[in-house]
Amino acid sequence: MPTITEKILAEASGVKKISPGEIVNANIDIALTHDALCGPVAREFQKLGLKEVWDRSRIVVTPDHFIPAKDMEAANLYLEMDKFVREQGIQNYYPIGNHGICHVMLPEEGFARPGTVIVGTDSHTCTHGAVGAFATGIGTTEMAAVFATGKCWFRVPETIKFNITGRLKRYVYAKDVILNIIGKIGVDGALYMAMEFDGETVKNLSMDERFVICNMAIEAGAKNGIINPDEKTIEYVKSKTQTPFKIFRSDENAVYREIIPVEADKIEPTVAEPYLPSNIRTARELNNIEINQAVIGSCTGGRYSDLEIAAEILKNRKVASNVRLIIIPATQKIYLKTLETGLLRIFIQAGASVSTPTCGPCIGGHMGVLGRGEVAIASTNRNFKGRMGDPTSKVYLASPATVAASAVTGRITDPRDL
Amino acid sequence: MILKGRVWKFGDNVNTDEIIAGKRLLTLDFNEIAKYAFEAIDPEFTKKVKPGDIIIAGDNFGCGSSREQAPIVIKKLGVSAVIANYFARIFFRNAINIGLPLIEAPGAYQIINEGDIIEVNLTEGVIKNFTTNKEIRFKKIPKFLTEILAEGGVINYLRKNGEFKI
Repeated sequence: MPTITEKILAEASGVKKISPGEIVNANIDIALTHDALCGPVAREFQKLGLKEVWDRSRIVVTPDHFIPAKDMEAANLYLEMDKFVREQGIQNYYPIGNHGICHVMLPEEGFARPGTVIVGTDSHTCTHGAVGAFATGIGTTEMAAVFATGKCWFRVPETIKFNITGRLKRYVYAKDVILNIIGKIGVDGALYMAMEFDGETVKNLSMDERFVICNMAIEAGAKNGIINPDEKTIEYVKSKTQTPFKIFRSDENAVYREIIPVEADKIEPTVAEPYLPSNIRTARELNNIEINQAVIGSCTGGRYSDLEIAAEILKNRKVASNVRLIIIPATQKIYLKTLETGLLRIFIQAGASVSTPTCGPCIGGHMGVLGRGEVAIASTNRNFKGRMGDPTSKVYLASPATVAASAVTGRITDPRDL
Repeated sequence: MILKGRVWKFGDNVNTDEIIAGKRLLTLDFNEIAKYAFEAIDPEFTKKVKPGDIIIAGDNFGCGSSREQAPIVIKKLGVSAVIANYFARIFFRNAINIGLPLIEAPGAYQIINEGDIIEVNLTEGVIKNFTTNKEIRFKKIPKFLTEILAEGGVINYLRKNGEFKI
């Protein structure tokens, strides 16, 4: 009996039944790209000698990586994106002023819909599996092929199911859960496979938190992360789009490669040490680590609920004098909401530097790049060597709550100890 | 397809940020950014590597980002193939799509040292180590991917075929 991933890929490939290991040619519902890679995709697309993309209504483009242009090269990359989008008449374009980090913006604008196949030129495209879609990252040349044909080949993945149960402790979030899962199975623990997140804990998570869990499936090597849609999913998606969608769910007796139980009630505020997301410790174990910078933002940790949690901790407190706290709301809509609800005031009064939506420091681009030997704690998703700047700098990954608490004390801090 | 070259050895989980850092992606002149390949692991690597050389790594080579610049800079340095126990999936697809041969050969890491001269026979699925006179077989990649490689990447493949022939 099939899993949700197998059902979606079968439907998209026009076949009745498929099994893991088979190669299928799937129709693409949504193709996503951004400022850093739209230009390279356009160059490859032009080599194919075609005049028009396969479907102007199925391509979504938003700048997020190096914007507003960090330097002249970024400005020229932006121009290449802008030119291609306008020449091709791409319908779903969110240039600066209307922009957002692509994996937060895509669901916000109603493009992440259950039962669909979504590809993006970004490894964290797996985020969108949270609505019950098959979503995965691809490269630029492959995207040029998608722009040309509207199709992409996939090896149907086997699925590992994570049965997550128990009530989360106070100040423990989806981020702590997924870090613990990656810590348990390793950065290649789900290589080439689908990670299906299930269980009562997942059902109780908000959509924002479900996106966080699926976002980091790639950090365990997975092809996609996915959650079976429920009432919460349907309500969320319907509030964002009128476009109809089809619901698929894994069969009760679906065949999994493995079912891994996760006891969520035992999870503590968690931190991943450099240089892999699987190097997990509790925040308390790392309490002696002093930090120079704290970052709350990115496609993992810059949603409104993340900022609300940070504000709760930062209210009537000050960022430690030797720490830079950088807060980056993930989209313009979220940014505006922080203004309207007073979160922005709390952040600025606490001494945070608040920026327009961008990936910025998460990829060592701009807006908080680290210098020699500097240490940061961030609500982002990668802590590879040199990720946020100088190769000798270090990044610790944690939830927005742990990052905010650490910004206040100047060292890695469990929010319960503040 | 037979490739022969000198070996450079890397460890496990070599990620795309280490292969080419995010901050280098602003330039679309790939020959230029290739100068910064592997800078976080070995800043001198690009000066030492020669066209035709072969990279061998442990587990999960190419994990992390979807940036195609990772296999591109390796190809631009003239590296003829990368051998690993296994690759991260997006890196694997990207490498095939741009025409960089990848060989999944579990166990090769143990019988090949840095500086060894080896020969990789993609058609037969054999790696020969001329320095130690050892040999290891590997599972060949699916035929349709070999066809993409033979065309030098997916763009040429699609120009010829119009669509994927799976």
